[in-house]
Amino acid sequence: MSLVATAAAPTWRFKKPSALPGFGITFGFSVVYLSLIVLIPLAALVLRASGLGIGGIWRVATTPRVLAALETSFGLSLAAAAVNAVFGLLVAWVLTRYAFPGRRLLDAMVDLPFALPTAVAGISLAAIYAPNGWIGSLFAPFGIKIAFTPLGIFIALVFVGLPFVVRTVQPVLADLDREIEEASATLGATRRQTIVRVVLPTLLPAVLTGFALAFGRAVGEYGSVIFIAGNLPFRSEIAPLLIVIQLEEFNYAGATAIASIMLLISFLSLLAINLLQGWSRRRFGHV
Amino acid sequence: MSETTPEALSEDPSGAASRLRRRAAARSIIDEAPATRVVLVALAVGFLLLFILLPLVAVFVEAFRRGLDHYLASFADPDTQAAIWLTLTVAAIAVPLNLVFGICAAWAIAKFEFPGKSLMITLIDLPFSVSPVVSGLVFVLLFGAQGLFGKWLAAHDLQIIFAVPGIVLATVFVTFPFVARELIPLMQEQGTAEEEAALTLGASGLKAFITVTLPNVKWALLYGVLLCNARAMGEFGAVSVVSGHVRGLTNTMPLHVEILYNEYNFVAAFAVASILAGLALVTLLAKSILEWRYGDALSRTRLY
Repeated sequence: MSLVATAAAPTWRFKKPSALPGFGITFGFSVVYLSLIVLIPLAALVLRASGLGIGGIWRVATTPRVLAALETSFGLSLAAAAVNAVFGLLVAWVLTRYAFPGRRLLDAMVDLPFALPTAVAGISLAAIYAPNGWIGSLFAPFGIKIAFTPLGIFIALVFVGLPFVVRTVQPVLADLDREIEEASATLGATRRQTIVRVVLPTLLPAVLTGFALAFGRAVGEYGSVIFIAGNLPFRSEIAPLLIVIQLEEFNYAGATAIASIMLLISFLSLLAINLLQGWSRRRFGHV
Repeated sequence: MSETTPEALSEDPSGAASRLRRRAAARSIIDEAPATRVVLVALAVGFLLLFILLPLVAVFVEAFRRGLDHYLASFADPDTQAAIWLTLTVAAIAVPLNLVFGICAAWAIAKFEFPGKSLMITLIDLPFSVSPVVSGLVFVLLFGAQGLFGKWLAAHDLQIIFAVPGIVLATVFVTFPFVARELIPLMQEQGTAEEEAALTLGASGLKAFITVTLPNVKWALLYGVLLCNARAMGEFGAVSVVSGHVRGLTNTMPLHVEILYNEYNFVAAFAVASILAGLALVTLLAKSILEWRYGDALSRTRLY
């Protein structure tokens, strides 16, 4: 049937001709389901936000409490993503390059933050870093509080973000052609020079991608943070929690405004990182 | 990944010794000094143990802090049982829905050419980049008391927010991409030749799918379902926003953990948490086995 159809007229068609059946029903169902579950609900958020107008959103954003929460969320997320970039690279390096007993187990363990429900991670971290917890009690004598302070939020964000960096760097590192390193070595570079000038620049785009993913996840993270955060306004209150508080007061406008700001800032920072990544890809080549 | 690991030295000692010497010579060029290696491995292992393993261990230690009796007694609470039951129900609805969607979307996207395909893939991934709290918020804005359809729902005595339908919707939203994004790249790699051959040989479209496509993607399908299920059972933020926290009625296991914890009922909170942690461990184990044994049958291009 399709032979006749293709021969007949050069009319524009949505789908390229194919011998396989089932496009109409699977495509139709996918689009309807995607619209119902994802697009229409997100459109409701955009609609609400446009109802508030830029002025309305700005008024909410510049409330001292909202400003403080945004600062806490984005600042700590940046710090946690930076730590994850460094240690994620280290973990990926060690797991890919070195053989040691228990390596596979550790490799599987990296995904634990993906698999462990956030609330479970949250109460567990709060218990460990509380002043009477395993680690909290080590710091308590020096007057350092970890849980229920911004430091606790930072720790939770490091926990949830680590796999993103490791899992983006690992495949690139595994595919890296080691002859380049040999070439560098035969040309007289020390091992340190080879790593700093040859290996790390090649890994930079992957590290940046991992950083961006970890950062994006950290900004929106809720479950693993709220238990350890202490949730003091102006000090250890994160932006997602503020949305929940607004909703509990049935202040839909406030919740929508904060959500829009969060989405906007995340979008802008992802854009910046993408540009940076594009630059480093052009500069250093590779994936 | 493991090609570079030294094999067990099984041959005669002199051969082994010369091989070791050669390896030592090779190491001097493109490998780090042994001392550096030890330090790097120690740092990485220490970091993983401290940041990743310790929280997992703590869950079980806290759950059994007052012995097995207290641990088991936590599950006699009818509210806890209701929470477990609700979590299973929600996952039993959300996972099959997203499974069917994943298969349909992968079939349409991977086997056919049409404009706007990459936009569609991006839209499918969208729920991953949205904060869980915002995922819940969008449904409140639609179906909440002051939401778009709030008045209409109230007039017809229907409740979605602060009820089970809202929890299911929020869960479907956050677990939306898991199966699709696992299948799409794999089925794109596999192309359409095998299905076309089956059709030429007289198979119907459905038969070609069941006997040719499905066996090709079964491990990836299982992989996607595993991750989808783990997230569906463990989701906290999105569900927390729409649930209303009615004990015994709209509390899933993660929400029940929160309530128990906030009531300082730590043993019970960690007992329920230990079940979720067990689920995470089973998921990780199954996922690792799939990666080790059937890594070739999984999609190579995976982004979390």
